[in-house]
Amino acid sequence: MKIILNGKPFETQYSGLFEIRDKYFDSACITILNGFQTSDNLTVKDGDVINIIKKGVMPHKEELESLMAARHTPEVHGTVKKSRVAVCGLGGLGSNIAVMLARTGVGYLKLIDFDIVEPSNLNRQSYYVEHLGMYKTDALKEQIKKINPFIDVCCETVKLTGENCAQLLNGCDIICEAFDNPETKAMLTETVLSVFPDKKLVCGSGMAGYESSNKIVTKKVMKNLYICGDGEAEARPGNGLMAPRVSVCAGHQANMILRLIMGNEEP
Amino acid sequence: MKINGKEIKIETATILSVVLEKQGFNLLKIAVMKNGDIIPKAEYDKTTVNDNDSLEVVSFVGGG
Repeated sequence: MKIILNGKPFETQYSGLFEIRDKYFDSACITILNGFQTSDNLTVKDGDVINIIKKGVMPHKEELESLMAARHTPEVHGTVKKSRVAVCGLGGLGSNIAVMLARTGVGYLKLIDFDIVEPSNLNRQSYYVEHLGMYKTDALKEQIKKINPFIDVCCETVKLTGENCAQLLNGCDIICEAFDNPETKAMLTETVLSVFPDKKLVCGSGMAGYESSNKIVTKKVMKNLYICGDGEAEARPGNGLMAPRVSVCAGHQANMILRLIMGNEEP
Repeated sequence: MKINGKEIKIETATILSVVLEKQGFNLLKIAVMKNGDIIPKAEYDKTTVNDNDSLEVVSFVGGG
């Protein structure tokens, strides 16, 4: 019987998952059959994809690839791996979006932000005390390396402007707008839509406070332009940005980016 | 003319920035498409709109 074992073609006479595990590995290993982690001794069929991994140990590149392909299906995994996304602004939206895209297996991430990590960022942004004072680009690259070391991360520690925008974003298929300032959001939108009429842009607008999560939606507002958020709740004194709602909006943006990668243009 | 699908009456050809300000938009926090083409901010004062034009205006609020 021919199976795929930890990412490689493998021939075996055993048809029980536990027999394969015990024969070639040891009984303490985790067994995953076609992307589904199981503690039952399921029957293995010809062509099945099996992962048998040591608990708590970093797998080799091929094994991790195979695990992700099994989880996400090989077709989705392969398409996501080939995608190239730029994240503009690495605050509450951008840092969380970049981490989600890394976990999803986006093969190339360009991270753009000029600023350093401050104590006031820790309430919602994906950084730790140990990152205080570091450039957000470097702090995030370090985290992504710990999540999936095989992702190609490119840091641009600069302020994105109407002038350098075209050069910095060239080479990415999907652009994620994750700035804090509404004027910068408008500038990026205007520039991307005029300079790169074929690229997709996914923006965030309105996610402050703790109003209902259900007000946050994804809308397609123009050809190639998507906006996530409630469109209203701006950050101001008395209505600050907080982790849950910012994360909900970041999730909307990351999922829209994933949908676009997979060729689905509906919000 | 139309702004985001809503019918707006204008008598004569009017400067884009005048139309947008009259509708209460903050010109720095928006992106504008006229008949499907993006209009850069620098062109707001030089672009005219007529009654048969259609504008899509996207407004942004702060926070991220």
